[in-house]
Amino acid sequence: MSVRTLTLADTTIGKKAIMAVSGLVLLGFVLVHMAGNLLVFQGPAALNGYADGLRKLGPMLWIARGVLLAAVAAHVWAAVSLYKANEQARPVKYHVQHTAATTYAAKTMRYGGVIILLFVLYHLAHLTFGVGIPGGHAAAPPAGMPGSVSGTDVFHNVVVSFQNPAITGIYVLAQLALALHLYHGAWSFMQTLGLSHPRYNGLRVKLAAAYATVICVGNLSMPIAVMAGLVKLQG
Amino acid sequence: MELRDNAPSGPIETAWDRHRFDIKLVNPANKRKFEVIVVGTGLAGAAAAATFGELGYRVRSFCYQDSPRRAHSIAAQGGINAAKNYSGDGDSIYRLFYDTVKGGDYRSRERNVYRLAQVSVNIIDQAVAQGVPFAREYGGLLDNRSFGGAQVSRTFYARGQTGQQLLLGAYQALERQIGAGTVTMHPRTEMLELIVVDGQARGIVTRDMVTGKIEAHLAHAVVLATGGYGNLFYLSTNAKGCNVTAGWRAHRKGAFFANPCYTQIHPTCIPVSGEHQSKLTLMSESLRNDGRVWVPKNKDDVGKKPGQIAKEDRDYYLERKYPAFGNLVPRDIASRNAKEVCDAGRGVGPGGLGVYLDFADAIERLGQKAIEERYGNLFEMYERITDEDPYQVPMRIYPAVHYTMGGLWVDYNLMSNLPGLFVLGEANFSDHGANRLGASALMQGLADGYFVAPYTIGNYLWTERTDQKPVTADHPEVKKALAEVEERTQRFLSINGKRSPDSFHRELGKLMWEKCGMARNEAGLKEAQARIPALRAEFWENLRVPGSGADLNQSLEKAGRVADFLELAELFATDALHRRESCGGHFREESQTPEGEALRDDDSFRYVAAWEFNGVGKAPVLHKEDLEFEHVKLTQRSYK
Amino acid sequence: MRLTLHVWRQKKSGDKGAFETHKVENISADSSFLEMLDVLNEEILEKGGEPVAFDHDCREGICGTCGMVVNGMAHGPQALTTTCQLHMRKFKDGDELWIEPWRAKAFPVLRDLVVDRGAFDRIIQAGGFISAKSGSAPDANEILVGKTVADQAMDAAACIGCGACVAACPNASAMLFTAAKITHLGVLPQGQPERDDRARNMVAQMDAEGFGGCTNHGECAEVCPKGISLETIARMNRDFLKAMVIAREPLAARTGG
Repeated sequence: MSVRTLTLADTTIGKKAIMAVSGLVLLGFVLVHMAGNLLVFQGPAALNGYADGLRKLGPMLWIARGVLLAAVAAHVWAAVSLYKANEQARPVKYHVQHTAATTYAAKTMRYGGVIILLFVLYHLAHLTFGVGIPGGHAAAPPAGMPGSVSGTDVFHNVVVSFQNPAITGIYVLAQLALALHLYHGAWSFMQTLGLSHPRYNGLRVKLAAAYATVICVGNLSMPIAVMAGLVKLQG
Repeated sequence: MELRDNAPSGPIETAWDRHRFDIKLVNPANKRKFEVIVVGTGLAGAAAAATFGELGYRVRSFCYQDSPRRAHSIAAQGGINAAKNYSGDGDSIYRLFYDTVKGGDYRSRERNVYRLAQVSVNIIDQAVAQGVPFAREYGGLLDNRSFGGAQVSRTFYARGQTGQQLLLGAYQALERQIGAGTVTMHPRTEMLELIVVDGQARGIVTRDMVTGKIEAHLAHAVVLATGGYGNLFYLSTNAKGCNVTAGWRAHRKGAFFANPCYTQIHPTCIPVSGEHQSKLTLMSESLRNDGRVWVPKNKDDVGKKPGQIAKEDRDYYLERKYPAFGNLVPRDIASRNAKEVCDAGRGVGPGGLGVYLDFADAIERLGQKAIEERYGNLFEMYERITDEDPYQVPMRIYPAVHYTMGGLWVDYNLMSNLPGLFVLGEANFSDHGANRLGASALMQGLADGYFVAPYTIGNYLWTERTDQKPVTADHPEVKKALAEVEERTQRFLSINGKRSPDSFHRELGKLMWEKCGMARNEAGLKEAQARIPALRAEFWENLRVPGSGADLNQSLEKAGRVADFLELAELFATDALHRRESCGGHFREESQTPEGEALRDDDSFRYVAAWEFNGVGKAPVLHKEDLEFEHVKLTQRSYK
Repeated sequence: MRLTLHVWRQKKSGDKGAFETHKVENISADSSFLEMLDVLNEEILEKGGEPVAFDHDCREGICGTCGMVVNGMAHGPQALTTTCQLHMRKFKDGDELWIEPWRAKAFPVLRDLVVDRGAFDRIIQAGGFISAKSGSAPDANEILVGKTVADQAMDAAACIGCGACVAACPNASAMLFTAAKITHLGVLPQGQPERDDRARNMVAQMDAEGFGGCTNHGECAEVCPKGISLETIARMNRDFLKAMVIAREPLAARTGG
């Protein structure tokens, strides 16, 4: 008689670990992505040069994209799978709902996750494929413009987009949702992977809060700076 | 019928070793052929069932709780004694043996107690191997403390949760065997009858407390480890579910009930706060190490706040009467003296049933922090229950029924006079005599379960194998037992009177506490003997049990237990009445020294009173097992 | 005190169940929550009804038998307190209380407020023990356990298996219960030989019983009457993940109850 055996992906803790590791990849990506984008403050040459540099990575870029895509897929798969199990675990709900310890961030992880996923799709459509950019996608920057090396004029696309309050509004809301998600996720992954020690557990939450704040402030600084006219098209 | 203890003769030090060599062993292949029933999953029951399973017997284990882990052994706080002499302060097996016999006021069997002291050391080894987190010293060795006035530090403990941790050890060993398939567990299942075939215990009838199914389970031997009957008094420190039914049913089928009147009343419990009270909470005896017990000298001061009563108007009665031991006198003496001052109208708190246990002096001497470290959790518990802060105002304490030394009579093999019926732990009468020392209950339960019964049951099974005929479900005795249980269940449901099982239980408990409690006299006991049958008659006419027998029905469960308590109560009073001496937990007012202390009568009562059932309402038959003391010298206890 | 009680009534497992409203009066503030229910039950019985079934035994907060959700809070509003040790003075005269059973698929309701927690026993069966046959142990002092480790083991071992953690968890997860046992045995030297298998088998059983997963809300530790810490869960995760990676034998699936 053969006995069915279990792999990590069959167990709740295994799924959580998959969620944590994929989340960790995404935490890294979000940080790098923000750092790169902050070049917008140094003007079109810096930002477009950075974008161009990424594109020139060639196969490396595709590997990175593959890893990211896999992380997103794993993260979403684990979330959905755990969500289903968790829903089934309490078929009859309490008449009086009460919580004492949890945070808003923890309670909204699944909604935040969905919002972020939708936002990422929009973000890709918007700045990668140029959907909805006011005045159209600047596929190739006009010759002689600063920062035009090759490919798209990222700087132009960003600036004209964020001059539009509707687009900026979407980005701001999404960043707030992201911050909450990152805050819970950034200490949660440590707990899930067993990184815990009574002396340092306070630090865990502080680190997560600091990380989420940095990402949030960094990412929000860009649309706000554009709206405030601190960053604008040159020439 | 002559009661034979079946203990080996010869030197006491080697008695158990020789006995183990002499008794029959069952070879491993044959063990699988024997089925054993174990009722109860406290320290004794869980340890026995797990060990039987490890040995290879086929075991069925039963408990009324939803999980074997919940048996009331879990509530023991203080610790477990063992003659390890890890403290190097002069302890030995012989000293533990001697202390236990003396502490039991010379009413226990020497050879049983000697064996208990011997295997006590194995218990600690076993528990540590299982992962029981006993307190440790910084170097990693086990820590010990002195407990209950003992002169040596021989008590092992796990914070205030020693019983819990030892039970979880036994429970985990039991669960391991359940997982391995050697033990079948029946939780939420209550034993309601014993099946006796050809004079031997061959099975039990149970009721599934969820589905109501009444069923017979057959085996080659039956082990009862069903705890004590302190709930006879309604209010006690026992769990609400603790009951005498298993033992009482066995008694009705022929097993002798020994020394039923030996009851331990624990002095440091939280007093009753009102009519709603459903149980009493014990606080560790260790509180008396630093607390001073007092009541007002004058009755007129009783209503005053304790702070308003001047030092010179306080009566520190234990320190006054027992200068040598002071507040650390043994449990029975502390309890009786509390009753005495309250009876004299000097008790404090609701109903005047309480005495102060005051930490003010200790806090002044050692500082609040030191007291917090020692008793913090107990103070918290006290405050949670009473809403009074013991750092500010003295605690109020009152004695409560805590443990019953009496139980089914067993021989050295822990087998009752009914062959095949083994009785372990608090359910038997054996090792504590008339008074149990602190930290000895856990020791006895585990000794019986891990280290005694596993040997002696093999001897029985192998010796009897050829005489035992197979018993099947269609045996007339099985059918009869099943029919009796069905009939009784239906009877409870069909009386349809006005009173709940609880109301009868409360009334019985009050009667027992007043007439058969801390101090007893002939007139009171006779009054109890007269009133119990009347209450029992009313029970059977005016009981109301709603619902059906076919599902979870807690009123029905209670009714069955109260019905058996109502029969035990009469035997209890009879035993207490016949024993015209004071000893241990039994204080007979007619038998006291001129100073009012307990006076034993060794010439007339140095025996175990084992009672044979003779029908409900009929006088039971007394069988005496004389107690010989070859090693321990009989003296009157004195704590002056 | 006067109270309005909405009590969950359910005849048996699988039935639909509904709230039943009762008013009780003359409740002493000094009585415990269960004693208040005793009073209610005596009244129901007097009127010819069937008393509310609820689990309880020691009534001193150690056996782990009692437990109900009061106004959405497992074991009621007082921290570090089981229902039996909760006293009515924690409520106000005239309060309205909703009393519900532990709700989880793995804890089916047997009747009213009584649930079946057999899943916990099966989790222990899967590995919540140290295999040490009776009589086989070496001298107790041959195993040294430092005080810090002994204290850590004792902190985790204090779990009473009441199930409040499951009841309070938004996912009805049994992680805190399972982690407490894995921690208790896993930190002790005696527990090392079986540490990896213990973690794997207990977690596999926990999953098979249909408990939810942990999403790090911390509700379990908040309601735990014995103060078991979330740190135990991190420890279990660590032990389990390590064991899954390094174990030489595959992990066999288990079946729930």
